[in-house]
Amino acid sequence: MSTPRVTEPIAALTDAEVRRIRADFPILQTEVNGHPLAYLDSGATSQRPFAVLDAERSFASTMNSAVHRGAHTLAAEATELFEDARASVARFIGADDDEVVWTSNATEAINLVAYSISNASLGRGGAAAESVRLRPGDEIVTTEMEHHANLIPWQELAARTGATLKVIPLEDSGALRLDVAAELITERTRLVAFTHVSNVLGVVNPVADLVALARRVGALVLLDACQSAPHLPLDVRALDVDFAVLSGHKMLGPTGIGALYGRRRLLEAMPPFLTGGSMITTVTTTEAEYLPPPQRFEAGTQRVSQAIALAAAVGYLTEVGMPRIAAHEAAFGARLVDGLSAIDGVRVLGAGIDLPRVGLASFDVDGIHSHDLGQFLDDLGIAVRVGHHCAQPLHRRLGITSSTRASTYLYTTDAEIDAVIAGVSGAIDFFRRGA
Amino acid sequence: MSDLQNLYQELVLDHSRTPHGYGLRGEIRAQSHQLNPTCGDEVTLQVHRAADGTVEAIAWEGHGCAISQASASMLAVLAEGLTVADLEARIASFREAMRSRGRIQPDEELLGDAAALGGVSKYVARVKCAMLAWVAAEDALAKS
Repeated sequence: MSTPRVTEPIAALTDAEVRRIRADFPILQTEVNGHPLAYLDSGATSQRPFAVLDAERSFASTMNSAVHRGAHTLAAEATELFEDARASVARFIGADDDEVVWTSNATEAINLVAYSISNASLGRGGAAAESVRLRPGDEIVTTEMEHHANLIPWQELAARTGATLKVIPLEDSGALRLDVAAELITERTRLVAFTHVSNVLGVVNPVADLVALARRVGALVLLDACQSAPHLPLDVRALDVDFAVLSGHKMLGPTGIGALYGRRRLLEAMPPFLTGGSMITTVTTTEAEYLPPPQRFEAGTQRVSQAIALAAAVGYLTEVGMPRIAAHEAAFGARLVDGLSAIDGVRVLGAGIDLPRVGLASFDVDGIHSHDLGQFLDDLGIAVRVGHHCAQPLHRRLGITSSTRASTYLYTTDAEIDAVIAGVSGAIDFFRRGA
Repeated sequence: MSDLQNLYQELVLDHSRTPHGYGLRGEIRAQSHQLNPTCGDEVTLQVHRAADGTVEAIAWEGHGCAISQASASMLAVLAEGLTVADLEARIASFREAMRSRGRIQPDEELLGDAAALGGVSKYVARVKCAMLAWVAAEDALAKS
């Protein structure tokens, strides 16, 4: 008889593992303003390991050519690698290969969905596109905590189609008002777009609750996974969302590459956003027929080296293990919230929200503007983000115009968390001197 | 003095804590609103003129970092009693120093307390903070 299995909690990364990981990131060995760099701005953009840098260089050095056109050897090899990269990213998020569309970034991925719906609403896409058409009276629902990239495209889509945009408000704590969401998501709702992890609050939103509200009325769901895909195990099928977007440069990859996940039957129904080369079957001077997805949404020369480098990035993350990265960062999230909240005059945004969080905390310091605080920390070699983090409505709701954000990744150390907490205390002493 | 101490001199912090000229007036002659979209800092600034055309006072309101607040306050102190041409010349002089990446020290004779902002010019990302009120004053004068 075999020993019954006990589920063990996922172990965070050990100090030795983090040291080994850091050795893979050349930029982490540098100094800034005479101090070793403490990079706590991975929420804005992450750093890249040799594996990612080498993948891009190796492709450019040995295989560079256009994909999906030309019959020469390099073109064939490049196409194969490009499609393998798509398969890697698809596997990483639990999707099928043909459900992943390359984009420049998450912003473009959201705009792709918005403009495709817009084009369908103008009658493009024929009968197949009926399921994604919007009409006056239809409603789109988003939230008050969104990044501008998951708000403005919907404002514009509503304006173009005559649909109405509704916004799920926030509790004073910053949490989504699920009670109001249940009232706002009605038979008129066609799409619900929200973020998986807030880029300001660091909390993991209750995706299942929002998806259930959308399913009840037959609305589509778009998930902004920019801050979750890099830091948490992500399975779009298990989450049961219709669309998800991610940005490569936030998950160890290069800039200029992102991805849209779309449920196959939806992508098949949607008319294209950008049109041109590489996305067609037959073209005459008056009309064109389009390839099936994902190529239908990939007009023009593709970002081949970036896609291949992003595949190297998800390979690196998978090798370390997403559950372990998540455990490593959850501990930092808790330390940041507790450590910063303990400082007199510091208010951590969303500290009171009872939800899991990633390694990210934004905070306001009484009487000290975020720019000044960020400047002080920079002088110590500590890189943080300051400003409104592309989330003006959220900041306005919390009664402030800007905040300071520290965000971690798999290469973050305990010493860096200590440094930022001590740095904030030091900044308070510095700016209050003589007051 | 470290670069950071040079950037945030006592005089700068004092101006940011107790700003001069803060509070807009009801009668609006020449007014400008300036926003720094990257950080959300804003200033609304009025240039009030005396009967002889000289600057009677600069009145402003806004929010932002210590640099932007101190800079607006220093400008308000400096502008009082100047002719418009003189104020414009001093704005140009301040801008030249701010854009010099640390090569040109602001002229204290011309710029008064604002000369203490000389350290800002080494921090390219902060030049806009220091310039915000000065750009508003220039814009307000152009509109009047």
